[in-house]
Parts: sequence; C-alpha cells; structure tokens
Amino acid sequence: MASVTITNVQKNYGAMNVLSAVDLSIADGEFVVLVGPSGCGKSTLLRMIAGLEEISAGEIRIGERVVNDVAPKDRDIAMVFQSYALYPHMDVASNMGFSLLLRKTAKDLVFDRVGAAAKRLGLDVFLQRLPRQLSGGQRQRVAMGRAIVRDPQVFLFDEPLSNLDAKLRVHMRTEIKALHQQLKTTSVYVTHDQVEAMTMADRIVVMHDGVIQQVGTPLELYDHPANLFVAGFIGSPGMNFLPAVVNRRDVKVEAQLSDGQTIALNAELPVEDGERITLGIRPENIEVGSSDALEVKIQVIEPLGLSTQFYTTLADVQVCIYAMGRTDRKPGDAMRIGIRAGDVHVFNPATGQRIDPAA
Amino acid sequence: MIAGRSHKARILGSIGLYGAVAAYVIFALFPLFWTLKISVTPQSLLYSEGITLWPSSATWENYKTVLRATDFPRYFLNSVIVSVVTAVLVTIIASAAGYAMSRFSFRGKTTVAVTLLLTQTFPLVMVIPPIYRIMGELGLTNSLTGLIIIYTAFNIAFATFLMQSFFDGIPKDLEEAAMIDGCSRSQALRRVIIPLTLPGMGATLGFVFTAAWSELLFALMLISSDSQKTFAVGLLTFIGKFAVDWGQMMAASVLALIPACLFFGFLQRYLVTGLTAGAVKG
Repeated sequence: MASVTITNVQKNYGAMNVLSAVDLSIADGEFVVLVGPSGCGKSTLLRMIAGLEEISAGEIRIGERVVNDVAPKDRDIAMVFQSYALYPHMDVASNMGFSLLLRKTAKDLVFDRVGAAAKRLGLDVFLQRLPRQLSGGQRQRVAMGRAIVRDPQVFLFDEPLSNLDAKLRVHMRTEIKALHQQLKTTSVYVTHDQVEAMTMADRIVVMHDGVIQQVGTPLELYDHPANLFVAGFIGSPGMNFLPAVVNRRDVKVEAQLSDGQTIALNAELPVEDGERITLGIRPENIEVGSSDALEVKIQVIEPLGLSTQFYTTLADVQVCIYAMGRTDRKPGDAMRIGIRAGDVHVFNPATGQRIDPAA
Repeated sequence: MIAGRSHKARILGSIGLYGAVAAYVIFALFPLFWTLKISVTPQSLLYSEGITLWPSSATWENYKTVLRATDFPRYFLNSVIVSVVTAVLVTIIASAAGYAMSRFSFRGKTTVAVTLLLTQTFPLVMVIPPIYRIMGELGLTNSLTGLIIIYTAFNIAFATFLMQSFFDGIPKDLEEAAMIDGCSRSQALRRVIIPLTLPGMGATLGFVFTAAWSELLFALMLISSDSQKTFAVGLLTFIGKFAVDWGQMMAASVLALIPACLFFGFLQRYLVTGLTAGAVKG
C-alpha cells in the first residue's frame, strides 16, 4: 500500500489542454473517487497514474517514488477497466494468475492466491471457463479478481460498473466498498455517476474541464459545495438555483426573487444591498405547507411511495421539492413553502464561487 | 423467427433460402466438376461421346501421364515453394506493418497508407516492362527468388490493410491491461495480441497463398526455363501448336487444386471468427 501524490500535473494533446495544474494527495489506504462529466479529464488523470498516458508536466509519486518515467508494469498498480479487458483466450484462472506468472511467482503460490481470490468473489466454480462463457457480472468479478491477486500498492478503477445493469451495479458497489474495507488498499476510482461517488468514496474529487473543482468527503461536498458546478453535480435530484437580488435592511438580509417574493438569508453573509446572487436550495430543504410567505405552482407530482417529488415553478424557475410521505395535492395547485435561511447556499453568479458567512 | 408469420410461410421461406444457396453452390462448383470429369475421360471418348455428365468409362491414364511423363511435378514443386514462401513473408511483414498502423501514430503514417493504396490502383500490365528491366539488371529473371520478391511486394499493401483491420478489432484495453499486469509492450504483443490475431494471420496467409498459387502474368513474363516454371505457366505447355491435350491439362488442374484445398483445410480452424468474444463488455 502507498500514498499517491500528484503535484502540478498537466496534460496537453498538442495545443489542447485537458488537465491544467492538478494537485492532489491521496493518503495510504484511502478510497478516492474522481467524478465529473465526460471529458472532464478524470480518466486521463487515472491513466496517467497507471502510466498509460504520458505526463506533460508535473510529477506523480506512488509512495515516495516519482513514477513519471516508470513503465506501467513497474508501478505495482492494478487496474479494473470499464470494458473489463479480460484476455479472451485464457480461462478465468489464467486471467487472474497472469500477472503473478509474469512475475515468476511459484506455481503453487499462484494457484493458492488465485483460489483464495476466486473464493472471495464467488468465482471458484468458474475457474476453467473462458470469459465469453461468463455473464457480465461474472466478467466484472474476474476483472476485480485479476486486480486483487496482485496485492498491488494501488487499485485503479476506470468506471468499472458502467456496463452492468442498474441492480447489479448497486450490488457490486457495496461489494467493492466491502472489499476495500477488508483489503485497505489505496484506491482511485473514476466514475461519472455522482451516486457511486457519494456511496463509495472516503473523499470525492469533483472535476470539470480539466480542473479540480473541489475535494472533500461526500457530505462536505453535499453541505458546502465550493461553486455552482459542484452544487449542481452532487445530489439527486439536483440543487435548485434561483437568481435573486440582495435586500439589506439593517440587521435583516433578504434575497428578492424576480417575482418580488423574498427569502430570508443569513445576516452574516458578506453581500451588499442590490448585489446579484444565485441561490442554491436542495429539494429536501424546502418545507411544504409551511405558513411562510413563498408560493409556488405545482406542475408535476412524482409519487415515490416513501416520498413525493414536486416539480413546481417559483419566480418562473423550475424548482424541485422533495417531501417525505404522500400528498393529495394536484398539478396546477398553488402551494406554500418555507425555506430556512441556514439551508440557502449563496453563490456569486459571475464567478460561480460560493459566498460563505463571515466567520 | 419473425413473429406473426405462419408456419407454412416459414417453411416456404426456408425452402426458398436453401434452394437459392444450393443453386449458387451448383453454379460455382460446376466448372470444377467439369474439370474433374474431363480429367478422367479417356482421350478416345473426349469428342465422340457428346455431352454427358460422366464418361461411359473412366480412367486414371491422364494423371499417370501428367505425373510420370511431363515436367509437371517440377512445376508443382516450384509453385509450392513460391506460394508458401510468399505467403509466410507477406504475413510476417504485413502483421508488423498492420500492428504499427493500428496502434501507433507516427510521422508520415498517412503518406505510407496513401502510397500503399496507390500501388493497388495501377493495372499490373502497366508495370511489367519496368519490372522486367529492373529484375533483368538484378539477375532475377527466370528465378523463383525473383518471383517471390515480386509477389511479396505486390501483396503487402492489401495484406497490411487486412492485418490492420484485424488489429483494430482487438481492443486497446487488452494491451493496456497486459502492460499493467506486468508485460512489456513486446510481451503484451506476444502473449495477448498475437494469439488473438491468429485468425487474421490465417486469413492473410490463405489469401496470399491463393493469389501467388494462381498468378500467371508475372510468372509467364519472368520465367523462361522449364526448371523454374510454376504450374500456372506449366499448364500452358499442354496447349500444343496443333492440338490441346485437354485430358492431361484437366488432370494437372485437378492436381493443382489439392494444395489449395489442403491449405484451407489446415487454416480453417484459424478462420473461425468470434475468438475475441467475451473480451470486453457483453
């Protein structure tokens, strides 16, 4: 096991800059998820750690060793590919034992380690099968098995679950997490699925356009998104955004929406009277049926059994509201809602950066 | 099966399909059958019996004559040497070139590809005179080595594109997985990529072998002595000034089919597609 330290790493393809000045420290044994929309550079960063992409500038260390010019085979890493990349001409046992055989490990030790890994993943009855004789979920396990027999310094996962159906994906998600809790190997996991990121990560790295937007634990990111991108990306259903103008009257600070309705804000916020801001409000932080002054119009109601999602309009903006329980309201109804000042995230609309109350 | 079609319609459909396939097979194989038929027809019956599907008495006489009394065994051996060496050379060179074209980007890649393609657009007849001159200067006319060089050169372009498409069909992930598992690039190539490309190499080997086996134009132009003739040229010796010895010619032709059949019989298991199934998502 080892830490991974990424210092000022850049990647250019010709004149195109896909990663700009990335700094990231991954602690020994940590499970870090790189998440972002496609094209954000997360896979490129992972492949650079693996040694499959050259590093244009900067430095990557695995443990104490700078690996910029170390071949993938000498980095002591294992990688699980989105496509699984199983060797089609080798059976499951050979697929899993391939890396050990290449390292000239004694035959019976290979046999033991492959056997143990296969048992752990429930693959022991499939050892003699070829990959094409396995289901998608089984192939995914073989890919995992191939990584864990190695006992590498670092596990790299490149969207390993995206080819599975929804149910299996949820199952494998918990299995990977359980595996990490047992093995405690440093892991870097790439996904575009924020739910996967939230459920699996010790820390999440949100990336956009080749730049790290925010690094933090899942709940830090959820509760204190650093900018509009992270706020919109993390959470499902996503955060509601409303443009507003600040009304500062002595100790009271309000945000006035375009239709004149107002939402109370934390008085400690460093915002000026008349300043334009963007409000971010999570769907579950909106209280339905409150006596507060805000009024919304219901467009669509989605009953989920345990809860209900309302899609409403507030000041001509669509606002999603997530309420526990059921409702007998109808689309077209007006509804009164309440929002606590402490639940409102405030952003600078020009820079997209979060505005925090002065400490 | 398409839902909603009646049982009867399905049966009629199957009959139509198999009927069409059978008709095509008969159409394709009939000339071969006719060759075989004439090769076993005694000379005396060739013109006297009219058109029949099988002669009233069959004979191996033509085969005996071809094998014992003509230079045909020599031609045959020459053809085997030229075709096998050409096929092996082309497959090795085209595999290396195809791998490079598929996996690497390098300066002049497009130029190389376009040049290879251009060579395929000239009619062969056009380049025979210059090639004859060049080979003459090099002392390679009337030699099997000369033929092998020409055949190799002419087949490499097509074979390279063929091999490139086979390499393109192998996911890059497999190589990367092998390299992370502990292979160098050449080990990844040897232990993962080449085993998966064997069907492609088999196909290439087969195509080039057949092309070289049946090539006539260059062999006719470059070879003059009997000892260096390939069988395609040798077949022409059965056409005399005053008569054509059809029986012996057809017997020689049937014999010439045998190596091609054996070759494909041997390659068949490599030509089976679907070896890479299961490598990636499914």
